[in-house]
Amino acid sequence: VSLTRLDSIVTSKEILIACGPGGVGKTTMAASNAIKIACDYEKKVLVLTVDPAKRLATALGLKALGNQEYKINLSDQLGPKVKGELWAAMLDTKESWDQLIERYSPDKVTADKILSNPLYKDISSRFVQSHEYIAMERLYELHAKAKYDFIVIDTPPTRNALDFLEAPARMSDFFASRLLRWLIIPYRSRIVNLASRPFYQIADRILGSQFLEDIAEFFISFQSMYDGFIQRADAVSALLKSRATGFIIVTTLDPVSHRESLFFAEELEKRKMDLLAFVMNKVLGPQLRSKKAYQSAEYLLKNTEVIAGKVSESLNIDASILKRVLGEIATSFINYRSLAIKEAGLEDVTKKRIPHALKAPYLANEPVNVSELYNLANLLWINA
Amino acid sequence: LLDKRLLFVTGKGGVGKTTVACGLAWLSAQMGKKTLISEVYPTQDLSEAFGCQKTEFVPKKITENLWAMSMDTEASLREYLRLNFKIPIVGRIGPVAKAFEFVSVAAPGVREILTIGKYTYEAKVRNYDCIIVDSPPSGHIVGNLSAPKAINELVKVGPVRSQTSWMIDILKDPRQTGVVIVTTPEEMPVTETIELANRIKKETVVNVCAIVVNQVLPELFASKEQEIFDELKKNSKPLSNFIAEFDALLSAADLAVTLRRSRAEHLAELRQKIDPQIPLLYLGYEFTKPEGIRQIAQIANGLGEELGVM
Repeated sequence: VSLTRLDSIVTSKEILIACGPGGVGKTTMAASNAIKIACDYEKKVLVLTVDPAKRLATALGLKALGNQEYKINLSDQLGPKVKGELWAAMLDTKESWDQLIERYSPDKVTADKILSNPLYKDISSRFVQSHEYIAMERLYELHAKAKYDFIVIDTPPTRNALDFLEAPARMSDFFASRLLRWLIIPYRSRIVNLASRPFYQIADRILGSQFLEDIAEFFISFQSMYDGFIQRADAVSALLKSRATGFIIVTTLDPVSHRESLFFAEELEKRKMDLLAFVMNKVLGPQLRSKKAYQSAEYLLKNTEVIAGKVSESLNIDASILKRVLGEIATSFINYRSLAIKEAGLEDVTKKRIPHALKAPYLANEPVNVSELYNLANLLWINA
Repeated sequence: LLDKRLLFVTGKGGVGKTTVACGLAWLSAQMGKKTLISEVYPTQDLSEAFGCQKTEFVPKKITENLWAMSMDTEASLREYLRLNFKIPIVGRIGPVAKAFEFVSVAAPGVREILTIGKYTYEAKVRNYDCIIVDSPPSGHIVGNLSAPKAINELVKVGPVRSQTSWMIDILKDPRQTGVVIVTTPEEMPVTETIELANRIKKETVVNVCAIVVNQVLPELFASKEQEIFDELKKNSKPLSNFIAEFDALLSAADLAVTLRRSRAEHLAELRQKIDPQIPLLYLGYEFTKPEGIRQIAQIANGLGEELGVM
């Protein structure tokens, strides 16, 4: 028996990262695949979501997702035969940063000093793509703990889909930078440093020396942790490139998202990262692409009155209301067909570039429970 | 809405934030106002949307009454230094800018203040009647808008402090400045919009002046018609005799009804949880999906109708 594509993914990988533009159903896709892997392969799977919808927490049967990992009940809906386990957790950026500081501080005094610094909150929430970095850092930590067979994670919505790939390297660069050392040289001795003088002259005049000193002080208290941070960030980078990690790109077939996803696929390829699946999500049904049905809708739209007249009696419906209803039916077919035809065009473009692209259907109602999420993954992999 | 001098347009990714910002700018220009539109990162989203040449820090004229620019914090810093300190930096900006770039990564608010500073400055000197900022998405806009206040609190003395005071004056004046949140009637965008409106109120001095609900689906059936539609679904045979593929047509209409219904629920939630003082402007779903300038013109027309100005 030959392996299916999902078989080989599950046997060769430990981490699946779902990425793609905002609003395409990444989080739902991540949860849905996690359930499928848990059920069909009897694995202990964790789904880590960084952009959670309340609906997803509800669909998984949780009141709220937190930094804590929760076990999801699968057998209630999928039957007692399910041997795998599903766990879920959300990313809390602030809490994760606090934990990181506590871990790398040499002692509690230093940790408290940093955590209570008024600049800390601001800096931890904003600097060097903090959210993207901490998501990948958390992934690293959970993977290292080896508590799960498989981890599925979605990625934060970013201006640039690549930000999260580069965040660990940027973090490492930041702490290794010569400029950071300039910044934290005690204020007086800066005068000596010729190279940095023009910068300080300007920065002083604009920001005032007090502000610069506050910042310097913050990074000085941070100093004892630099090596730990750099090492850790490098390890996170390495994990993203390792053979254990693979990617799934999720997109819808609208021109903007589609363009961004193809660009992203190219970038993954350039970095020799493993693109396991390219998912065209929320694709309108094939019957909307039917030419025959379209001609029929056009015919109906032109002849609503005649047709309503012919059948109103046998259906026992007022002809004038029936006429309006038929008109709306024809119009909505024509409307949705024009969307479906554009999607078909983009689907062709995708298949030329990525022959094995997968397709998931448009669901008028988003999945609201474990079994609907499981069904979505089944529809996705059915022909793969 | 367009009587304000400074409008920040924001919203979750994928809801049409840039298109709506362009539509507002287009409308404003058509009404004869000298209008500037700017993106806050040099992403070239604007030049792509308008199909014009690349935008830079120095505004370029796109059409009658309409200019476009891209924010560039280094250029903004240079301009700031030139205007305020008479420091003409030409050659040496390279390493200094690099250092500054670095500090702006580490120090809170530096990049933001250069961005917001430029826009409030333009509002102050009144070179334009209306400045529309295609702002960062939901998560980041609060940081941008609260930067002057944060800096004002962190920096106790020095020139920056006095600079932030007039910025705050402009930002907090609801006659001059406002935030427009763009959303679609879907679960996540609606949830984020409600959260964002609350955060803007709590954490910034700026006022939300409108919410644009994009991609609103048309109502198909009145209640009597819906009953008949439901009956046709149960018994489609008589019509199938006259119309080929009638079931395919029915299922398309069914999809339309279901979608419309779920979106109506999200819309109701939005209306219920947003301050009733804030107007909601509705833009219909465009099934033909026009692109480029035609799409912008269509949005401008839609907004014009909603605002009663066209």
